[in-house]
Amino acid sequence: MSRTQKTLRYLVLLAFFLLLAGPLLWQLSLSFKGAGDDLYAQPPQVIPADPTTGNYTGVLDRLPVLLYVLNSGIVALLVVAGNIAGATLAGFALARLRFRFRCLVTGLFVVALLVPIESIIIAQFLLVRSTGLADTLLGVALPTCVAALNVLLMRNGFQVIPAELEEAARIDGAGVWRRFWHVCVPQVRGVMTVVAIFSFVGAWNDFLWPLIVLSSEENYTLTLGLNRLRGTFYSDPRLIAAGTIIALLPILAVFALLQRYFFRGLEAGGIKG
Amino acid sequence: MTATPVRRDTTATGTMPPRARPGRGGIGRTHDRWWTPWLFLVPALAIVVVFILFPFANTLALSATDATLLKPGQFVGADNFVRLWHDDRFRTAMTNSLLYVVCVVPVMVAAPLVLAALANGTTRILGFLRTAYYLPVVMSSVIVGLIWTNLLDSRGLVNQVLDWLGVISEPVPFLSGRWLTLLSAMVVTIWTGLGYYMVIYLAALANIDPALYDAASVDGAGPIRQFLHVTVPGVRTTSALIGLFSSVSAFRVFGEVYILTGGTGGVGGQNITITMLIQQEGTGLQAETGYAGAISVVMFVVLGLLLAGQLWFQRRGGSR
Repeated sequence: MSRTQKTLRYLVLLAFFLLLAGPLLWQLSLSFKGAGDDLYAQPPQVIPADPTTGNYTGVLDRLPVLLYVLNSGIVALLVVAGNIAGATLAGFALARLRFRFRCLVTGLFVVALLVPIESIIIAQFLLVRSTGLADTLLGVALPTCVAALNVLLMRNGFQVIPAELEEAARIDGAGVWRRFWHVCVPQVRGVMTVVAIFSFVGAWNDFLWPLIVLSSEENYTLTLGLNRLRGTFYSDPRLIAAGTIIALLPILAVFALLQRYFFRGLEAGGIKG
Repeated sequence: MTATPVRRDTTATGTMPPRARPGRGGIGRTHDRWWTPWLFLVPALAIVVVFILFPFANTLALSATDATLLKPGQFVGADNFVRLWHDDRFRTAMTNSLLYVVCVVPVMVAAPLVLAALANGTTRILGFLRTAYYLPVVMSSVIVGLIWTNLLDSRGLVNQVLDWLGVISEPVPFLSGRWLTLLSAMVVTIWTGLGYYMVIYLAALANIDPALYDAASVDGAGPIRQFLHVTVPGVRTTSALIGLFSSVSAFRVFGEVYILTGGTGGVGGQNITITMLIQQEGTGLQAETGYAGAISVVMFVVLGLLLAGQLWFQRRGGSR
């Protein structure tokens, strides 16, 4: 590649960087701007002239953001635990045990995977409502606490374990449970991590379902609480900015810590539409 | 298959036939009791049957009734669907959602590939850039919507910059007016999806034989011709898959439009999408769950047609 071509390449990459990360950086800058800052200065100023943390305390004073974080955390915890346990158990049975109707059951999970959640969400709500779980965090978590996609991902994970490994354990007299727990599960830790991460992100970011299920404010998850930001602070973009940054911190921390799994999960074919 | 009840599976002693090849269809026993596999399956199966398959069947049933949130309703046959046909809100929602697919999908198939080709490499700076590009993907549509509400406001950064550059003399009302709001929402959706599909393309790029690039380079092909003649054909299967996934998710769009229009769907519901319509008709005290069920069924059918259409198109196009 010639020199000009290389320069051109990095210019385009830089443009994309500004486009994709720029809005976040601008939001960060906005959240620290104080009363002395002209928000509408020409040209726009990135470094605050009158830096303050007042916007953050302002949001925390007026909205119970920490409560929202706690609620989201509870939902995410239920969903992640349910998916790891449920999908691992079912994936193992589908991949490594032989029984009648195995194909049928696998087919059921495939069908469930193909049903778009938006098209059944009203019926889901009626169901949750009739069981008395409307407006509870458990009601938010239950429908997604074992996703068909994750069951099939775990099944694929278990399928690639060489049969010899399990056979050796069987000769030593290990029963199903021991083969599951001591032989197979340690082999699929990577897939389990991917399942955990994607369930976490999905639960943490979900908006439509909590919006339908939850009605009282003390049960709001973070996305619902944030939705109120716009109404509450419409006139002050700095407060909205501070609110979004607070909401972003947990998910960015997870992303920073487990970055390689995010990419690995996508490459492994764990595509979520 | 032998069915001799031996002992509890969990005990360590006792010998088992060593011939069995679990999961590969060989002859042999994987467990002792017929219900052992079902114990493993119960949690997942229960959730999926109760919360996905049953509601799906119930949606079909609801769509043929005049049920509301407060009463079960009676069978009305295809009345809901006839009503849909004449419902302006439904027409608007369908138009908006389909427009979303038509406008967003081509960008989602093409732009991330360019991005992936440019950002592919092992240097540190490229790794950093890829991570930065992925950031919008992990954010919830609510946060994304709020960030862009700030940016696209009549006094927001986008208008500031355009004004500063002298491109415009008065602020562009990005968040009002039917088409401009819809366009803004599409931009936001694309902004969130670029990094996601880039990562999928990166995995596909890794599977292209480097010798092809060498050969092209020997033949005197520059970077652009290499991209068009080696990269693009090399990731064809992935492109098809991304077309499929992005059209399904574009048709289902909800969060971005909801937040950008402040939860209303725009003046007179002009920016409403199918998912928003389901949410508005099916919740609240005046909820008409039967009618919402009919909209849901139509949504399901359209998504099925989208998938089938794309598969058919790809078959014909000769790609595998």
